[in-house]
This record gives sequence, C-alpha cells and structure tokens, in this order.
Amino acid sequence: MQAANFFEALSNVLPPDCIKTAAEDMRPYECDGLSMYRALPKCVALPENEAQLAAVVKLCHAHRIPIVARGAGTGLSGGAMPDPNALLLSTAKMMRILDVDPLACTARVQPGVRNLAISEAVAVHGLYYAPDPSSQIACTIGGNVAENSGGVHCLKYGLTVHNVRKLRVVLMTGEIIEVGSDSLDSVAPGGYDVLALMIGSEGLLGIVTEVTVKLTPKPQLAQVAMASFASVEAAGAAVGAIIAAGIIPGGLEMMDRIATEAVEGFVHAGYDLTAEAILLCESDGTPEEVADEIARVSDVLRQAGATDIKVSQNEAERLRYWSGRKNAFPATGRISPDYYCMDGTIPRKELPRVLNEIARLSGKYGLRCANVFHAGDGNLHPLIMFDANVPGELERAEEFGAEVLELCVEVGGTITGEHGVGIEKINQMCVQFSPKELTRMHEIKHAFDEHTLLNPGKAVPTLHRCAEFGKMRVTRGKPMPFAELERF
Amino acid sequence: MTIETWQAQIKQAAARGGKLAIRGSGSKAFCSPPASPTAVLLDIRAHAGVVEYEPNELVIVVRTGTALAEVERVMTAAGQMLAFEAPHFGPGATIGGALASGLSGPRRPYAGALRDFVLGCKVVDGKGEHLAFGGKVMKNVAGFDVARLLAGSHGTFGVLTEVAFKCLPLPQSQQTRVFELGAEDAVVAMNRWYAAANPITASVWVGGRLYVRLAGAEPAVRLAATNLGGEALADDARWWRDWREQGHPFFAASDASSPLIRVSCKATAAFGDLGNGAEKQAIDWGGAQRWLRASSVALPAIREWARANGGFAQVFRGAAHEGERVSPLPAALVGVQQKLKQSFDPYGVFPNL
Ligand SMILES: Cc1cc2nc3c(=O)[nH]c(=O)nc-3n(C[C@H](O)[C@H](O)[C@H](O)COP(=O)(O)OP(=O)(O)OC[C@H]3O[C@@H](n4cnc5c(N)ncnc54)[C@H](O)[C@@H]3O)c2cc1C
Repeated sequence: MQAANFFEALSNVLPPDCIKTAAEDMRPYECDGLSMYRALPKCVALPENEAQLAAVVKLCHAHRIPIVARGAGTGLSGGAMPDPNALLLSTAKMMRILDVDPLACTARVQPGVRNLAISEAVAVHGLYYAPDPSSQIACTIGGNVAENSGGVHCLKYGLTVHNVRKLRVVLMTGEIIEVGSDSLDSVAPGGYDVLALMIGSEGLLGIVTEVTVKLTPKPQLAQVAMASFASVEAAGAAVGAIIAAGIIPGGLEMMDRIATEAVEGFVHAGYDLTAEAILLCESDGTPEEVADEIARVSDVLRQAGATDIKVSQNEAERLRYWSGRKNAFPATGRISPDYYCMDGTIPRKELPRVLNEIARLSGKYGLRCANVFHAGDGNLHPLIMFDANVPGELERAEEFGAEVLELCVEVGGTITGEHGVGIEKINQMCVQFSPKELTRMHEIKHAFDEHTLLNPGKAVPTLHRCAEFGKMRVTRGKPMPFAELERF
Repeated sequence: MTIETWQAQIKQAAARGGKLAIRGSGSKAFCSPPASPTAVLLDIRAHAGVVEYEPNELVIVVRTGTALAEVERVMTAAGQMLAFEAPHFGPGATIGGALASGLSGPRRPYAGALRDFVLGCKVVDGKGEHLAFGGKVMKNVAGFDVARLLAGSHGTFGVLTEVAFKCLPLPQSQQTRVFELGAEDAVVAMNRWYAAANPITASVWVGGRLYVRLAGAEPAVRLAATNLGGEALADDARWWRDWREQGHPFFAASDASSPLIRVSCKATAAFGDLGNGAEKQAIDWGGAQRWLRASSVALPAIREWARANGGFAQVFRGAAHEGERVSPLPAALVGVQQKLKQSFDPYGVFPNL
C-alpha cells in the first residue's frame, strides 16, 4: 500500500490538528522517560474520542502499519518509544472524567486522564484513587494500566490490577471489547480473566479507551514515622520485623544516604543526613487505629536498632517527609548529568545481600548509585548515576543495570516490579523466562494481534533475540545464570 | 515424578485424541465445566505439600493438590490468612480447586478476589509443557500476567501444579454487628458504611437481618461497633464460616428442582425483587453478590436485571445445562478466548470453559 494513500485515509478519519507528520512537530514524542532510546515515528495521531481512535486502528490494520500507544510518556522502560515504521497513537486528547459514582466508589475515565486528576476530582466525596506512582502529576491512567503501575501505598492498597474494575479496549482489528464489569467479578461466568491479562500488557494486546477504577475511602488520618539507621542492612531487617509483627503499613519506603543527600539539597524534607539509611513508615485509619499502630511500629523500629524516630505531627509535616521520597528521581537528576533507574523486585530477606552486591558493583563500574525503594514490597530502584557525554559511561551504566537485574532473578525475584520491560529489559526477559514461556506469551499476543502490529519488538523478546543475547553473554565471559536451562 | 507422569499422559492423550479431566476432591464439580464422558481423571491430590512458606515474606508457595484446610492451618499458626476467604464446599477441598474455580468468599469486596492474591502459578498445558508464570515476589510485571489468567480457568488450560499467594496478617480483633433491616435499606447501609471508611470485612443481608463484620486494629473495631450500633453476634466466626460454605439455611437443599442463582451486580444496585419475595434473596459482598432461590425459568429476566445493573447471573447450584451456568459472551471476546484456549490446549485434551 502506498504511504500517500494511508495518510490520505488517515486525514479522512481525523481532523487536521489531530495528525502530526512534520519532524519538528513529532520531536516531543521521540522518547519516553528512558531518554537514551529515541526515534521519530512515522506520524503521530491524536484522536479525540474512541470512535476516531478505533477508526485509526482499523486503518492501520488494513495497511499493516504498526501502532505504538502513548500516554504521557513518563514510562521508564521505553514502552512508548516510537518506531520509525509505526504510527504513534497519543491519548493526550482523551482526558475527560466521564462519570463518578461516590456511593459505589468508582469512576469511569478516558485513558489520557492523569492519575492525580482522578484523586483530585473525587476528593470532595472523601475518596481517592489508591495507586500513586511518584509520576502521578503527569502519568495517565492508560499508561498505568499498560504498566500495572504501583506507588508508595501499594503494599496495603494494591497495584493498578487491584484497582481497575473494567476496561474498554480497541483491538487491532478495530473491534471494541469490554473486559471486567461494574460488579466485583472480573469475568462473566464462562470467561477467562482477560482484564487481568490486559493490565501490564504494555500496549501489546489492545488500546485502552476507557477505564473504570475503584476508589478508596480516604482514611481519617495518616501519619508517617521516619526512622534513621546506622546501616542499610539494619534498615532492611527492620522492614522484615514490621511485617513479622503483623503490621501492613500504608507505605514502607527506604532511602540510603546517597539518596537522602541528593533529596535534601532539592526539597529540604528534613531527613537525617547522619543516617546510612532511613525508613518511612506510614500508618492510616481512624485516629485510634493510627495511634495504636504508630506506637507498635515505633517499638519494632527501636528494637530493630533505629537511631532516631520522628513521627509527623500534622499533615504538612507528613507531606514534607513524603516529598523527599517522591522527588528522589528528579533530585538524583540534579546531582548527576544522567541517571538510570532500575526496577527489580526481590524477596525482602535478600535485601541486605542484594544491597551489598549493588555497592560492590558500584565500585566495579566506577559509577555512583543511590537506592530509593518500595521496601515493603521488596521493589528496588537503584539509581545509577552517569554522564552520557563521557565516552563509555552509558554502556557501563547499562551493564551495571543488567547485572543488578540478573542478580534479582538469581535471588528469586524479577527484573521489573512496576516499570515494565519495554525495550529496556528485553534481553533480561531471556534470563527470567525459558523459550517455552516466551513462546506462550507470543501466542497470547497473537490471540489479540495476529499480525504483530501493536508495539512490536517490546516487552516479549523473540527467541532469535534471546539466542543472540545468549551468545553475547557467553563471549563476555561471564557465567550465564541458569546455564542448565535450554537455550537456542 | 507426578508431573512427569502427567506430562506423559497428556502428550499421549494429545497424540491419540484422548480426553482428560483434572480433579481434586470434586468439591466444586457442581460449578465447573463438565468433563467429557470419555475423560480419564487426573487426581491432583497426588501432588501435595507446602513448598515454601516464610511468613515475613508474606508469600506461601504450595503444590496444588494440598488440602485447603491444611494451607489454612499452617497459615493460621503463623498468624496469617488467605484474605480472599476461599469457600471449601467440601471437607477435602484442595488449593488447586480453589485456584482453578477462582471463587472468593465474604471478604472479597474489602480485601480482593482470589486472583488479586496470585503471585505466580505453574501449569502443565495441553501439550504437556510445564510452564511457570509470575513468581513469588509482591510485584512483578515481567511479561504478560498469565498467572492471573490461569486463576479461574477451571482446568481448561491444563493442570495447575503450583501456586504462590500473597498472605496477609490475621486481623487483631473482629466482631459482627446485626441489624433488623429491610433489603432496600440494607443495600444503602452496606455501601454508605463502607464509603465512610469503617473497617468492614464482610456484609450480608439475609432473612431480614444485616450482618456486618468488622475487623482490624482493636481500637478501630471497637469505635466502629459503637458508631454503627446494632447487636453483637455470638460466635461470629462460625456464622461466617457457615455462610461462606453455604451451610446457612438460606442455601438448604439447592439442586436442579430448587436451584441457587447467583447474581453479580453493581454493589449499589437497588434491591430487585427477583425471587418473588424478599425471603428468596440474600445480599452478599456489600451488595455486589445476590443469591436467589428462584426457578431457572426466571433466569432470562434475572439476567436482564443483572445486565442492566452492571453484571451477570448464572445458576450456581442445580444448573440443568451449561447455558444456565455460563453467560453468553460478545463475539469479539469469544474469538480471543478461543485463541487463548488454542494456544494452551491445541488438541482439546481438557474440557472447554
Ligand atoms: C519521575 C518518575 C517517577 C516514576 N514513579 C513511578 C512509580 O512510583 N511507580 C510506577 O509504577 N511507575 C513510576 N514511573 C513510571 C511511569 O510513570 C509509569 O509507568 C506510568 O504508568 C506511565 O504512564 P504514561 O501515561 O506516561 O505512559 P507512557 O510512558 O506514555 O506509556 C507507557 C506504556 O503504556 C502504553 N500505553 C499508554 N497508553 C495506552 C493505552 N491507552 N492503551 C494501551 N497501551 C497504552 C505505551 O504503549 C507504553 O508501552 C515513574 C516515572 C517517572 C518519570
């Protein structure tokens, strides 16, 4: 099919201001939050509603033109990175909150609605949308669904998958399906849980055009305890001790000293800079419940060797303690020209071992690394600092990162807890899964997208790619993890 | 060894057009897709045992043939629970049966469904391949979330061999308040009290009474009990167990001549007199699950009501045929489902959903 025909057809389904083809107009879309990977798309389409979006998809299907969906482009794994042969489908013009049902505690929104905008819109009803990625001012619910994003409160309140009731999805054929329901069942009797499968599918199975989210009643009170520790190991052990005491805090986050120092220079959150690590532990509920839990948490923290404990005395102080954690990424961006954020998850008991190993690797590669993470979930975010203008540093940072991810798999964890595989961790997928599982994932993709037009090359590696990666690793002379497993 | 045997058996069936059906204790056979009459049974109870349980990690990994009661015993001893409160529906219920049927109990609206707690799952599929999806950590977005897709797949994709669940601590304290209330008011109360951030973990209206279970930190439970009022229910743990197991008199003698219809709907849907009399209906899950003792001739009208109220209806016990148990799905979704089935079970060794 001639390209001219495609563009002509596209201009029949979208208003002129919803199509961008000039390089300078497409520049803002050339990368997501993983800015080292860049490309210009074939064109950018910004449909204003579901009907237009479905028409674009159908057209691409007919012309066999791939599609990369994009929300706000805050993704950290290159999921929304354009492909020169693909149309970039932005949901930026679909940002209406369609309906709020305060009694049923649900809201129905378009995919381009920002995560925080939902909580803001329902605050008058004493409700909020629980998953709160640090990027929540900017990231969209469509992106959250595609990545199964988490936040600092997800140990207690769950990830995106636990807080989405229903989706409308445009399949690659242009057909529209609804998955989930307005009841509590994610499937009709006789159905498979396609809702669960869609969440975290990184734009590979369909384009989400409407999301019904579950809203959570705002707790009457939240307070955060901030504890200082003389070592990262001690802080890690304290996390286990809190869980062992039968407490599931509203949030449980850790930062090491490199991170707190970076943050203090940026937002003045009041962190103890003499501590090697700090823990933020939030308690929420009724005032009685919070008082009781904070007392128990403080006891556990003290017994675990906390050198200092401060408890927020009012909402402003609580927000200030959190502001540091929520701004840890940009703060790191201020002390280093570039940083690379990793996202492995490990069993909590492996925290000391993995953190020590990260420190060793930091020495080996000669790159600083700050650790900021969702400690309660064992979800690590090592921030590897480098300078892309220094020849070789980017490559070193990537190798450092790859070693960290492979270590996560080795200790029984995963290469990504919430940021997704995208293009970034595609090689490490070959470490985590055997060819059998990867083949099954390709088959699942084909059940939705027969011609592999949705976000091709992302999230699930081809076996060929794994074979190439395997060879490369062997020649690098490192032992392969799971060397006993079958490889092509 | 068991797994290798199953793999061989499945490969053989696949090669010869044979049929297999997976079975634990058979406690949930009444709500599962029927096996082919020629099917050979695979008994998952041969594959039992807790593989790994570290309470501090909030994760339990078990072989699917393990008795649900055994899993609960081990977890209770460590002060934890499977928060979705899986119904057993029989003394020998296995964790694999719970997983495959995907059913959740009274705590579902407040804690989440079974699939919400699945962290990882292994399956021997219809090609005899043993595959592992997900893992045993709290957060994992590597690849498609196949582990949750396997939950509730009713043995149609293959033999689920191992599962990792997220565990939660048992609540510090619990009590149940009972209110004399009409059905309409009960629906409103259930929804209002939840939205007002009360520590509710179950709510059921049956026989003119609303039962609200409060659980959590002791001070919060005490305060909520005072605020909400009502009467305390003696031995409430037992009442809720009976309710979950459908041992309550409301469920008595459900069979084809007197079926039990399950309606899943929006929690706030106003009471609909679908069973010809309020005593023929019970309201569960904070309003989102309604049980009816009604004849299946009423099913089309009940389905219409359920659809208009955001959900579905099915005959849960006593279905005369598959059409009463499963809901018709839209064509585009049927296409996707068939291809999913095709990829796991291309030779049709296992039953259809
Ligand atoms: C400073 C910073 C902090 C962050 N903190 C967190 C955090 O705490 N927790 C966390 O989980 N993540 C975090 N992230 C990562 C990121 O914000 C999330 O992954 C977010 O969900 C991405 O949303 P987005 O709208 O920007 O999506 P994009 O980056 O635009 O897209 C992400 C993926 O979603 C797909 N997609 C987008 N819209 C749709 C749609 N409608 N239908 C189908 N597919 C679609 C894209 O193709 C792509 O694969 C952070 C990022 C930054 C920059």
